[in-house]
Amino acid sequence: MTWLLVAIGGAVGAPLRYLTDRAVQKYQGPGVPYVFPWGTFTANIAGSLLLGVLTGAAVSSPVHALLATGLCGALTTYSTFSYETLRLAETGRAFLAAANMLASLLAGLGAVFLGAELAGGFGG
Amino acid sequence: MSEQEPRELPEPGPPSAPQGRVLAAVAAGGALGALARYGALVLWPAPGHGFPWTVFVVNVTGCALIGVLMVLTVERGRVTHPLVRPFLGVGVLGGYTTFSTYAADVSGLLVRQEIAVATAYTVATAVAALGSVWAAAVATRVWLDRDARPTGGPGARDAGRTA
Repeated sequence: MTWLLVAIGGAVGAPLRYLTDRAVQKYQGPGVPYVFPWGTFTANIAGSLLLGVLTGAAVSSPVHALLATGLCGALTTYSTFSYETLRLAETGRAFLAAANMLASLLAGLGAVFLGAELAGGFGG
Repeated sequence: MSEQEPRELPEPGPPSAPQGRVLAAVAAGGALGALARYGALVLWPAPGHGFPWTVFVVNVTGCALIGVLMVLTVERGRVTHPLVRPFLGVGVLGGYTTFSTYAADVSGLLVRQEIAVATAYTVATAVAALGSVWAAAVATRVWLDRDARPTGGPGARDAGRTA
């Protein structure tokens, strides 16, 4: 049962990340050089915020499997994040690569804490 | 398409495939990737304190694999099926690796005052993830470019060739 919930969460989270990325790139406009990977950044921070809420709310195991392990896990990504950072560094944008790493980490941590606080704190 | 110096970050998903099929491929891949990550956590459960080794290994291996995949698909165009990258890259590897669990684990370590472990985990993940995607991408480029000489057919592997 847990496996099924994780799979369903993953099947929803990954397309959400894909659509978020597409929407953000569309917002950036056609023909605009795709410089900072805002799409992945947005998905990662949104997923971290939601995982913070779930952590703070101390949800039941099935809900955790579906939403935390499945949905948040698949909505966020480290692989694309790393590859995009690598491409920034390889194309002479070392500053943006470092900024992507640092901003993602700080915003991700902040999002987890904010989500947990909104849902009642880490001790909840 | 510039083969050597792609100046822009690749777009997610080839525009040639119908959007519905791309979304289905991403969803199927995401389910498989999330299951693989969950399976790793079942096999090697996190103790709830200390260095989160399982998620660390999941993220670093996923980064190495996406380095190989992106060179094969976007950078060198060796794999051209329009659903390969949505399924394997956005779906499987995106669902397998996770940023939220990483951030939540760091937060948990900070809350429990395990500052040294939190710092080590943060830095080690960033360095190992970047290092693995870089090493995998470079190794794949070298291997493909060696293989792509006009004398050899596609897929021909000359084991006796000196490097």
